[in-house]
Amino acid sequence: MNLESTPSPRVDRRTAIKWMLTASASALLWDQRLVGGTSAPSAARGYGTDPDLMRAYKPGDVWPLTLSDAQRRTVTVLCDMILPADEVSPSASAVGVPDFVDEWISAPYPDQARDRTVILDGLAWLDAESARRFGYDFAACGHMQRTAICDDICSEATARPEFSKAARFFDRFRAVTSGGYYTTPEGTNDIGYVGNVALTRFDGPPPEVLQRLGITD
Amino acid sequence: MPFVTPDTTQDQYDAIVVGSGAAGGQAAYTLTMEGVKVLMLEAGRRYDPATETPMFQTNGMAPLGGIGTPDKSFGFYDSTVDGGWEVPGEPYTNASADPERQFRWWRPRMLGGRTNHWARHALRNGPYDFKYRSRDGLGFDWPVTYDDVAPYYDKVEMLIGVYGANLGMENTPDSPEGILLPPPAPRAGERLAQHRARKLGVPIVPFRRAVLTQPLDFTTLPARIHPGNARAQRILVDDMKARAACLWATPCGRGCSIRANYQSTTVHIPPAMATGNLDILPNAMAREVTLRPDGTADGVIYIDKRTGAERLVRARVVILAAGACETVRILLNSKPQGFPRGLANSSGIVGRYIMDTVGAGIGGQIPLLEGLPPMNEDGAGGSHLYAPWWLYKEQAAGKLGFPRGYHIEFGADRSPPAGNGIGEIAALAGGSYGRKLKADARRYYGSFMFFSGRGEMIPNEKSFCEIDPSVKDRWGIPVLRFHWQWSDHELRQAQHMLSTFSDLVVAMGGKVIPRPEYSGRQSISQGGFIIHEVGGAMMGSDPSTSATDRWGQTWDVKNLFLADGATFCSNADKNPTLTIMAMAWRTADRIVEKMRRKDA
Repeated sequence: MNLESTPSPRVDRRTAIKWMLTASASALLWDQRLVGGTSAPSAARGYGTDPDLMRAYKPGDVWPLTLSDAQRRTVTVLCDMILPADEVSPSASAVGVPDFVDEWISAPYPDQARDRTVILDGLAWLDAESARRFGYDFAACGHMQRTAICDDICSEATARPEFSKAARFFDRFRAVTSGGYYTTPEGTNDIGYVGNVALTRFDGPPPEVLQRLGITD
Repeated sequence: MPFVTPDTTQDQYDAIVVGSGAAGGQAAYTLTMEGVKVLMLEAGRRYDPATETPMFQTNGMAPLGGIGTPDKSFGFYDSTVDGGWEVPGEPYTNASADPERQFRWWRPRMLGGRTNHWARHALRNGPYDFKYRSRDGLGFDWPVTYDDVAPYYDKVEMLIGVYGANLGMENTPDSPEGILLPPPAPRAGERLAQHRARKLGVPIVPFRRAVLTQPLDFTTLPARIHPGNARAQRILVDDMKARAACLWATPCGRGCSIRANYQSTTVHIPPAMATGNLDILPNAMAREVTLRPDGTADGVIYIDKRTGAERLVRARVVILAAGACETVRILLNSKPQGFPRGLANSSGIVGRYIMDTVGAGIGGQIPLLEGLPPMNEDGAGGSHLYAPWWLYKEQAAGKLGFPRGYHIEFGADRSPPAGNGIGEIAALAGGSYGRKLKADARRYYGSFMFFSGRGEMIPNEKSFCEIDPSVKDRWGIPVLRFHWQWSDHELRQAQHMLSTFSDLVVAMGGKVIPRPEYSGRQSISQGGFIIHEVGGAMMGSDPSTSATDRWGQTWDVKNLFLADGATFCSNADKNPTLTIMAMAWRTADRIVEKMRRKDA
């Protein structure tokens, strides 16, 4: 891996602390940032321009994971609100999606660094909002209570103005959660992808599919 | 002769080939098969598709679910090594801070260059494409005709293996019998688009891609490719036997360990190595061509990237095939006495008329494709159908408002999900989550289409490159500075693409996925973004307006040849790679002929 290829600015500890002190964070957020999982950009290195493509990677193999225990608890619960177990496939947390979310928000790349800020701020908001409404954090809420909050923030297009920032967070969190979920064997099967196997011939879609599409010639 | 190091190169070669991609691979193949001793310089590392291709690795095994990052622009499993829009330590600059006036230069640093990740779209230029100025007064004619190049298209197609169909369409040449491999069966979304496009008059037909849909016919092809050369035929028979047919899985952009598609590293380099006539020197960054006192090329100075040391290698003939812009850079950085403007540049044309391809596209969602039963649509690892340009008569009648054509690349996405998730599904489903999101994902997966245009740009005075007066790369080599501007021709063409694609989506009963604007200016890709850059050292019939003759031989230095896209006089809406290979083969044939006549 090549140092020069790392696109993210390297932030030393002093800069990070200064950034945290000046960030417009509430006292509640502040406490959480002190114990870890800050939304300062990751100082880790990426996998470089010539990574080993043959091996299988797990979250944490290339750059360290950074969620605090409290954040991870909220992530796990929210992942499963977004993709719960059903009759076809298991829940997001059962197939390791919280680790994927952690890998994503801990990655030293610009897109993920933007998501890191959105998601960590959003997780803090979620706990604060649920404490405001119900008296305890999101993970401690019951399903109905969590649903009440999620219903308010699940659509950027229709969320009330006071929830627009939270809706942005939910949208990004849902994208990352689904990215982690549908790249697992369970998720890939669920969505109906059945390729990646060697075949001796390729015949195209079966007749019943063509019929459904109205293609008769 | 094998892979060599700076300390094991020979004192003198018959030919030095700078670059190992479509042009360098082809030139080295043709020369070594004819007994010429070749040294190939490659700026990147050695690369072996047999052991380095992640054939069946899933996105879930990759960091971030395999998505593209600044380290790997086209996704984790894209075969590109040490390359992308930025190469560490090897910058380029743009004269303008305005993104619309900037050029993006995609470069690999690996054996085989960009052929390893190439989409394998292998289209022939048509007869008009070599002489378009004579038809519409714009740009430049080539000093060759389609008939001059056709025998080389035939040979390249036989060697690399191309699937497709002969269709008898205008300016979209057929291949002789027995050359094309059978096209793969279209996928569901491709069939639907083909069916519905008919009423719009858009002809959707089998694509041509360099993928083996069946094994190559090693009993007849080698003799057709190398008539009268028994040794070359023998080598090629063995090599063709070692290439397997497509196994109908994994995207071609990862490369192919079973050699079922074309990459220089699977098709050109192995037989060239088997001749015993090829030395390959990786990690050698060519800086300049040196001259002998008599004004002929002496050799190439390169930087050994492992040590930073400067080295010289010598040959009777030097062939630049480094990729159009890198070839230009080497010429402009070669300034022996008497050549203050750079080598082969007495015309002043080196660096001028850089062209890319016009690109614009839209997406759509097609309800008819919702909820289809699970089916394997991996296919040949790329598109099976496309639409060649079809509005020749309307254009000639002045009805379109822009010159030159575009072809359409398209597909329905039933690829495996990647780490960036299914945001478009959630958006479509009104922000669903929970059990409903899972049901929505099953319903909408596979119902999204994309349509992309690939159109011809007219070369213009404002799109060129030169040596940056101050910036150097980590090896101390002055870098290129780009200037770029699309003209109204291209902007209007991009606008036409969008309206055509929107009509296609609607004809399929679908909805265009909303975008804020549909103007050509806002939708056209940035210069360089389609990675079809050609030109910069145009060939021609007049030494005062071109860098080389019609064989790629530079007017100014008789044993210096350009074999890559730098010599292109136009950039047809056909992807340039097949033409690069055909022209490189033609150049190499010319060199062999000259060597036999003791003229080089």
